[in-house]
Amino acid sequence: MQINTPFFKQRAHDALADENLQKALAKLKTGFPEKRAIAVDRMPEFEQLRDEGRDLKNHILEHLDLYLEQFESKVIENGGHVHWARTTDDANQIILDICKQVDAKTVTKGKSMVTEEIGLNDFLEQNGVQPIETDLGEYILQLRHDHPSHIIAPAIHLNLEDVSEAFHANHNRPKSSDPAVLMQEAREVLREKFVAADVGITGANFCVAETGSTIIVTNEGNGDLTQTLPKTHIVVTSIEKVVPTLEDMTLFLRLLARSATGQEFSVYNTLSTGPRREGDQDGPENFHVVLVDNGRSEMIGTEFQDMLRCIRCSACMNHCPVYGAVGGHSYGWVYPGPMGSVLTPQMIGIEKGGMLPNASTFCGKCESVCPVKIPLPKLMRHWREDEFEKHLQPKAARYGLASWAFLAKRPALYKPYTRMASWLMKTWAGKNGRLKKLPLASGWTDWRDMPAPQGKTFMQTWKEQQKAKAGEQR
Amino acid sequence: MPNTSSGPRVGLFVTCLADMFRPSVAFATVKLLEQAGCTVEVPERQTCCGQPAFNSGDRKTTAEIARQTIDAFDGYEYVVGPSGSCIGMLHQYPDLFDPTDPYFLQATALAARSHEITSFLFDVLRSDALEAQLKQLQFDHKVTYHDSCAGLRELGIKQQPRQLLSHVQGVELEEMDEAETCCGFGGTFCVKYPEVSNRMVSNKTDNISNTGAHTVLGGDLGCLLNMAGKLKREGKPVEARHIVEVLAGMTDTPAIGEADYNLAQQL
Ligand code: SF4
Repeated sequence: MQINTPFFKQRAHDALADENLQKALAKLKTGFPEKRAIAVDRMPEFEQLRDEGRDLKNHILEHLDLYLEQFESKVIENGGHVHWARTTDDANQIILDICKQVDAKTVTKGKSMVTEEIGLNDFLEQNGVQPIETDLGEYILQLRHDHPSHIIAPAIHLNLEDVSEAFHANHNRPKSSDPAVLMQEAREVLREKFVAADVGITGANFCVAETGSTIIVTNEGNGDLTQTLPKTHIVVTSIEKVVPTLEDMTLFLRLLARSATGQEFSVYNTLSTGPRREGDQDGPENFHVVLVDNGRSEMIGTEFQDMLRCIRCSACMNHCPVYGAVGGHSYGWVYPGPMGSVLTPQMIGIEKGGMLPNASTFCGKCESVCPVKIPLPKLMRHWREDEFEKHLQPKAARYGLASWAFLAKRPALYKPYTRMASWLMKTWAGKNGRLKKLPLASGWTDWRDMPAPQGKTFMQTWKEQQKAKAGEQR
Repeated sequence: MPNTSSGPRVGLFVTCLADMFRPSVAFATVKLLEQAGCTVEVPERQTCCGQPAFNSGDRKTTAEIARQTIDAFDGYEYVVGPSGSCIGMLHQYPDLFDPTDPYFLQATALAARSHEITSFLFDVLRSDALEAQLKQLQFDHKVTYHDSCAGLRELGIKQQPRQLLSHVQGVELEEMDEAETCCGFGGTFCVKYPEVSNRMVSNKTDNISNTGAHTVLGGDLGCLLNMAGKLKREGKPVEARHIVEVLAGMTDTPAIGEADYNLAQQL
């Protein structure tokens, strides 16, 4: 996918001016967070579950190689195949090769952010294989040549009219704006595709080491048809998704559903364990798991390891006031919101991704809702440290910081400087008590007034008062 | 009245914004501490908590400022300041030093004895005398309270200011929607991403004015300057004050960004 991350500011500007988008975001702001809050309230032990989730993920990451090997051998034991993809190119090639082996023309797809990450759809199309998204949101986006703006509600930036137009342009049916009619239309169109597809590609929310199973969690059931109807099922997922046991998986399912949508459990929780066995009623003949690394193993042992705990619930972006203002597309690549602001620089490089970890007030709301307690602000700060060390920040910001630091480290200079600055601003503001314009601070004064200082600094007045008191006592 | 007791010796962490923009906030803090029987001193060698450097990724400068602050406040029983954000920063100091560095232990000790003012009054001192003093005060206005992020999420400050405020006569607290949502200040964020910040503060001022409050109160000057600046620009008639101004009965100064009538008369 094209990287537009360096243009975050411009994209945010456009997003803020886009009325339809703003309407959609306003709904998101109340929707998911309210549902989550209710679900969490109903579960007194939720906090404890978060701690358990964090600890278990930490344990897994400490022994990742072990669990991945166990998972691999179980998949093979079940008659499936495991492919290791270090890079996105490796992953795409592996998937294409499997498609070619079975002479695939069309591929149905369940919702998967990892396939967005590796840019699978474009790659398959360029190589003569037609991918068809079957998650309703993803399907709409595919019709519109658009990309997800949210990791679990990919088309959250669209409204009904957009959907109606996209369907009308592609389905050759009368135009409708009735959600029920549109839904039925999608069902009918997709049903044919499900049956015709040669390969089904899904992601996985978790990979279970003890059984060699993968699981997808959905609310539409499209994933089930994607993985059971075609002869070949390819699971495309990433290495940090492995969990030791089915029991462990259920801990994360409980955390995931509540954190994501406020559900106690998602509607469909479907496990895939190898290809169809003799006597099985249905299921694919071939079962492949592609385990994508794409920079993840490099995070292990670094300050970014905590990020690998992420279970992709989206709570951080649902609660993020920056995401809520500008939407997911402003982030300019696959993963938006706080989790994207940490992951994206890892995957596309801090040189291109630096805008994102800076676009945060560190308000900490994301960390406070994250089901596995990832210290997202701290990790964004680590990226800023990386940028600082590499001198990647804009010159003006660097010089500004350096001159401020020079003073802040020298109290004897700092005091006269602050006295002067206060006096200047106060004098300038005069009786108004505030400034409408301030040189070098247009970022502030373009949008709001600058309240003027009261006059002398506290340090100055305090010193004068202490002197006067000492004088009285003498 | 004050200063005679054998109460704790407190070092006031003025905070750079109170020092420059609103000394009355620091004076109100001193007054509250002295009323509570503390002996208040203001160490000369303090400047800023170091947050601008910390959040810009400059750990070296942050550590230098941290050392300076640790030295400046050496020997005080408590360090108290009128900002959850700056005190929250003091709590992060141990992270800046290697555990073998002698400053690591000092930083840890400093963090343990540093408190935001409302939390210090309510959680640490908790005196009946304070309650009685607050009951003497009158502030006949409907107010709403903005929970600043660092105070709320790093230091757990939520009920403390509200509880203290509840003793002041005449105050009617009307909670705003999304009181716990960031106002968009974020230190350098507000000038680095002004448009995003503007949207966030606009949401905030809408929520504030929807309460019909006369005054918005908060515990952090950064956020208050931001909200007051936006309220003024929008022409909304809501005043903004730091909570300590009300708790210390020092509301005769003009509110934040409000015209200074005394000065107007002098001119
Ligand atoms: S970072 Fe945490 S809150 Fe955000 S998607 Fe991942 S698990 Fe969910």
